[in-house]
Amino acid sequence: MTTAVHAPAHLEVRGLGHKFALQTILEAIDLDVTSGEVVALVGPSGCGKTTLLHLCVGLMPVRTGQIISSFNNPACMFQQPRLLPWKSTLDNIALGLKAAGTGRDERTRRARMLGLQTGLAHEDLGKFPHQLSGGMQSRVALARALAIMPDLLLLDEPFSALDIGLKAELYALLLHHLNTCSLGVLMITHDLMEAIRLSDTILVMAPSPGRIVHRFRIDLPAMQRDDAFVYKITAELLQDSAVRTSFRLAPIKSGLLTRQELPC
Amino acid sequence: MILLRSGLKSFLIYLWSGWGAIASLMLFLAVWEWAGLYYGELILPNPRITFRTLAELIADGSAWQELTITARRALIGFGAALAVGSTLGLVAGLSMTASMMSRPIVTVLIGTPPIAWLVLALLWFGNGDGTPIFTVFVACMPIVFVGAMQGARTLDGQLGDVATAYRLPPLMRFTDIVLPHVVSYLFPAWIIALGISWKVVVMAELLASSDGVGAALAVSRSHLDTAATLAWITAVVGLLLAVEYLLLEPIKREIERWRVAV
Repeated sequence: MTTAVHAPAHLEVRGLGHKFALQTILEAIDLDVTSGEVVALVGPSGCGKTTLLHLCVGLMPVRTGQIISSFNNPACMFQQPRLLPWKSTLDNIALGLKAAGTGRDERTRRARMLGLQTGLAHEDLGKFPHQLSGGMQSRVALARALAIMPDLLLLDEPFSALDIGLKAELYALLLHHLNTCSLGVLMITHDLMEAIRLSDTILVMAPSPGRIVHRFRIDLPAMQRDDAFVYKITAELLQDSAVRTSFRLAPIKSGLLTRQELPC
Repeated sequence: MILLRSGLKSFLIYLWSGWGAIASLMLFLAVWEWAGLYYGELILPNPRITFRTLAELIADGSAWQELTITARRALIGFGAALAVGSTLGLVAGLSMTASMMSRPIVTVLIGTPPIAWLVLALLWFGNGDGTPIFTVFVACMPIVFVGAMQGARTLDGQLGDVATAYRLPPLMRFTDIVLPHVVSYLFPAWIIALGISWKVVVMAELLASSDGVGAALAVSRSHLDTAATLAWITAVVGLLLAVEYLLLEPIKREIERWRVAV
């Protein structure tokens, strides 16, 4: 896919563990993300997904195991938009560019372009975050992450608070972006279908202690997956006993899955 | 340029909103005039006499001279309180222990009446500039300190994570994440402290100095010159109102624009 001559960048997590006081949050986590690949971490709430992502972002020190990354320019989206309330939309989008030392004219131009690409209106660009709706704030957060032209994107359920339509729209924007520039993505979600729709590799996590219990690859490119495909794979994945235990679903009796059991 | 123009525009809009304030001031003057008629000139000179006396004081140069002395003292004390209070408050706010320990001390400092400090200052510094400056400093400092401490205590850790994730350099982290938040707490405290400094300096001069507005008030009191007393009061209050509403309030509006709900 990529025309670059150098080897693709790589994020490598080996034997990663983490403890809060006496409680073990994560244990023996191994995972890899290569540029151009989307890896999804799926698991129930409280299984240590966010802790794992924060360790990858570098918000917490790694005590057990190691994280080796050859990505130079990672960007992160948090569960909430986390915009700076005293900066206009445009300046919020340009935050990472300003940190990287990009000149004012250049970063304003790029922030404007990305803001419009992510579906913000011209008049929204001058507004402050409190004047924007939740969906608009998420768009700004997405534009802020994409503005630094990241080679690795770390997503912590950034759209989980939005309605289905808006969520689908923002994920479509993201997919479009992934297609044009090949970047590595590590995304966290508790929504199995969302993971199946978007990712190449799915890692299912189980809680206490947080660990990876199932690995699953999807070879069909994300742009070619339709709803039927997503339903089929979801049903397939939910047949797996490790996945069922992780989400605290009852074991399958008949072997056939009814529609009601699909998570949505 | 656009920023400047929008700033000017909002300043003009702000000035226009002052008509309501002017109307209520006029009502106040009317009540004053009426009370003056009732009590007579010796007890309460009416506004016209007061303003005429003030104009005479300004014309013979004594008003500006005394006001400059007073303003210098107030501003030195206020400036020292600003520097010390802001710095110590920020440091205290960053540490849980320091803020817990400083709370009772601040309560003691705020609770001690300025007149008590003035008596102590008289004993320590005598009749010079030191007494009013110290009294102003001690009266303003705890208020600035509390503002700065609150600002630092309420810093949003989540925004700190954003700063780390987007690799903000330390200076930008301070100017773009810490400062805007802290200033929104500090600035109101500064405005309150300025008002206090202006009041306290006049009080200190009245009892402790031989020059300045306070001293001039003491002289006019001993001459039973009510008109001059009111003229001085008008000068002091007018100056404070001008500084607060023509300088500080517009600045506050500008830097806190992001807070205003539209």
